[in-house]
Amino acid sequence: MTTATLSRWDRFRESFLWYSFKRDKVAIASFIVLLSMVLSAIFAPLLAPADPYDLAQINIMNSELPPVGLDGSDPAFPLGTDAQGRDLLSTILYGTRVSLLIGFGAVVLQAALGILFGLLAGYLGGRVDSILMRIADVQLSFSTLMVAIIVGAVFKASFGNLMFGEVAIYMLIFIIGVAEWPQIARTVRASVLAEKKKEYVDAAKVMGFRTRRIMFRHILPNTLSPIFVIATVQIANAIISEAALSFLGLGMPETQPSLGSLIKSGFDYIQSGSWWISLIPGLVLVVLVLVINLLGDWLRDVMNPRLYKG
Amino acid sequence: MLAFLVQRISQAVLVMFVISVIAFAIQDGLGDPLQQMVGMSVSQDEREAIREEMGLNDPLVVQYVRFAGNALQGDLGISYFYGKPTMDVILEHLPATLELVIGASLIIIIFSVPIGVFAAIRPQAWLSKFFMGVSTVGISIPVFLTAIVLIQIFSIGVTVDWFPQDAGWGQWLNAALSTEGGLPSYGRGDDLTPLFGTWESGFFSQGGLLHLILPSVSLASIMLPLFIRLIRAEMMEVLQSDYIRYARAKGLSSSRVYFLHALKNTMLPVITVGGVQIGIMVAYTILTETVFQWPGVGLMFLEAITRSDIPLIVAYLMVVGLIFVITNTVVDLIYGLVNPTVKLTGKKA
Amino acid sequence: MSLLEVKDLDVRFAVRGGDLTALRGISFSLDKGERLGLVGESGAGKSVAAFSILNLIARPGYIAAGQILFEGKDLAAMSERELRKIRGNRIAMIFQDPMMTLNPVLTIGTQMVEALKAHRRISTRAARDIALNKLRKVQIPSPEKRLDQYPHELSGGMRQRVIIAIALLLDPEIIIADEPTTALDVTIQAEIMALLLELCEQDNVALMLITHDLGVVSQVTQRMLVMYSGRIIEQGPTREIINDAQHPYTQGLINALPQMGEPGERLFQIPGSMPSLKNVPTGCPFHPRCGFATDQCKRRMPEYVRSGNVDVACYEVSNLIEQEKCMQEVES
Repeated sequence: MTTATLSRWDRFRESFLWYSFKRDKVAIASFIVLLSMVLSAIFAPLLAPADPYDLAQINIMNSELPPVGLDGSDPAFPLGTDAQGRDLLSTILYGTRVSLLIGFGAVVLQAALGILFGLLAGYLGGRVDSILMRIADVQLSFSTLMVAIIVGAVFKASFGNLMFGEVAIYMLIFIIGVAEWPQIARTVRASVLAEKKKEYVDAAKVMGFRTRRIMFRHILPNTLSPIFVIATVQIANAIISEAALSFLGLGMPETQPSLGSLIKSGFDYIQSGSWWISLIPGLVLVVLVLVINLLGDWLRDVMNPRLYKG
Repeated sequence: MLAFLVQRISQAVLVMFVISVIAFAIQDGLGDPLQQMVGMSVSQDEREAIREEMGLNDPLVVQYVRFAGNALQGDLGISYFYGKPTMDVILEHLPATLELVIGASLIIIIFSVPIGVFAAIRPQAWLSKFFMGVSTVGISIPVFLTAIVLIQIFSIGVTVDWFPQDAGWGQWLNAALSTEGGLPSYGRGDDLTPLFGTWESGFFSQGGLLHLILPSVSLASIMLPLFIRLIRAEMMEVLQSDYIRYARAKGLSSSRVYFLHALKNTMLPVITVGGVQIGIMVAYTILTETVFQWPGVGLMFLEAITRSDIPLIVAYLMVVGLIFVITNTVVDLIYGLVNPTVKLTGKKA
Repeated sequence: MSLLEVKDLDVRFAVRGGDLTALRGISFSLDKGERLGLVGESGAGKSVAAFSILNLIARPGYIAAGQILFEGKDLAAMSERELRKIRGNRIAMIFQDPMMTLNPVLTIGTQMVEALKAHRRISTRAARDIALNKLRKVQIPSPEKRLDQYPHELSGGMRQRVIIAIALLLDPEIIIADEPTTALDVTIQAEIMALLLELCEQDNVALMLITHDLGVVSQVTQRMLVMYSGRIIEQGPTREIINDAQHPYTQGLINALPQMGEPGERLFQIPGSMPSLKNVPTGCPFHPRCGFATDQCKRRMPEYVRSGNVDVACYEVSNLIEQEKCMQEVES
């Protein structure tokens, strides 16, 4: 380990962020839960008792077994099985993986789009600004979920079910990323407008830096903390959007389920008493989204001095 | 006033134009009316003739103008599945959705204002902390999951036998945690009162209202936490202001300070956000209606997607777009009328 | 007995990691019809002092100790209900910024009538008549029209006139005015101040004027207090303090006035700035900026000593008085 990384670690340990994290029990608990969920999703192939993608491992005779502790359960399937006889624990581990992947990917995409358009709108101003922000307004007033549903519907209609299933992960990342960019773009634009007034931007201009360099090297780093706060909450939103799309049948297919498509597939059997197929993945989804939201709330309180009140 | 109206309406027209272009692009890109109208048996030449006759070979601009012209007259094509004008199909399904939105809005208004105000006035009370905690959790629960849980608890019913039946307390706990279920969770029921034309409503009968409970509670569940948080935040900011302290310095009663001076100023921004949220609620009706098989436009839209009923998808898009644009414009106008500091020129005085 | 007597008032702010003391050991009195000035830099605690009299300090501030006796009754110990009968009725307030003071969504008439109705059993009709009468008294043009207007339709000067009219509505004994002209155009500041002074003299209303403007204080008030970092460091008759200030800080304030210097001369400035509440120095809070500071000043806050009719908290002054006494004894 080099001295540079050491000093960076030391600096982090002395920072306000770390200080307030240590004092906030909710933030610590949320972080631990999130970390363990992310890790178990990443290592799902190692942790899961069965591979839900492997049709050979599934036995239809095992379908709709309840979780351990209820009548008729099988200890081989701790959380029970779904209607096809897949082990629910394994499908949930794999499903969390898919949900997290899409949530994270969609936020990376929307951050890229949002930062680019937000910087352009804020820095260039004028017509570029008004056109981009008008588009953002319309999209937001239409609600991002509506936009995602429409784009998803169009894709599904043009690709057909089979083809859509194969590329669903990329499609969903694209759909949710495109639907949600205005949130980040607005934030970036607002902070760019605030930064633009400051002296160092004038200084950079006087020194003859190019516009692009000023935007990315000088302004962008100063707008990062609000982006970071928004992006955290947006991961939660993206995961919910993905679940909603999958629940509507516009998302992940049942052969490659996300948490949303697991809930959907279980919903058909809830009337026959097999509540666990739907509600256990549902609980996992809620906990995942909740801990991300709680961390987002905490970050916002810590990073935004205006909101930071005793 | 007139300038304000003209400005808002021209904005609305512009947005509708953009929506219609998108709708047209979808129809043009995906819908091949020939596929649906004629079978496979028709020869290539004949197809070409029909295309020419229908104007499908005209330049795109001409086709768009025709599309927009028809749309203005309420003609948005024929649904492949229903075999009748899409507008008729949508109008048949609209009352069910409106019913749902009105029911959810009532729930939101009735609960969010008192809870939000209370949490702002007494931020340290345990009840406020409880409400705020519940709304943080509430935001994290997707609307369809709320719906499923509500169905499990209130429609299917839950039998709890975790506690020993032989002990009195165990029996009591089991009974207290179990639910009967029995609330309807499928469709609107049969007790509908005709209003006019093909429109009917469940608001006026016990059966209709019972069917409405679970779907509207589900739909409200996603917005209620947002509104509670919004009202609380706005109210807390208003309570910090000089004019509130001044009202106290005049010796006014707390109730007058809170419910006239503070609440009136709190509700102004809430009206704006509220209008936008009503628009967003339409998106959530798709999810709610799917779970409860509620025969509204949301369910109709989703079915149109699975059936690749392109004209119906396009028509839904146009109608929902129109609803959004109208609500946003009306909300702006109401805001201008309610807020004395907006001189209806679009600028703050 | 004085109309208002504040005794050893401490005000603290409860914040994370302990309380901050905003006011310490504040004592002063106000007689019927008297005009008292409260002077100091921003952050000295003038406004906190003004708001604490009616127990209107914003959370997390609270009165930690002391008494506020109004006609012998302690306002600091009163219930909210009893206090409400005094607020606006016996003691009225005028706030700093007329743009922020009136509620933007209620008409002037509503905001005047509600004040009357809060304290008197009176019909709306009669309340409007009284309101109209007071608006005439503050010389607002076409007062009938104003009642139905919203605050934003009035200019800043007019709004402050409305606020003075509201202060006079219930014929109070005391008006507390917190920088009533600071937010206004320079051109109308004098006009509004003259109006306030005239109306207070007319009805024999006691005025507590909070300001950082020594010029205004010297013209308007009979007695004055000088505040620094939450304490009163000097109080007494205005004329005596302006002519012969005892405390080094007050001397600095007076020397900083433009009319005190010769034309072309550089204005005097007190070096440094007032400490924030979070790190008030030990002893006399002024000692880091004071040219006369000794070790004694750093250790303990000085007691008040009387010089003429002025009470001062300063070791330099008390030492001088001691010396004078010695000299007199030697002479005699």
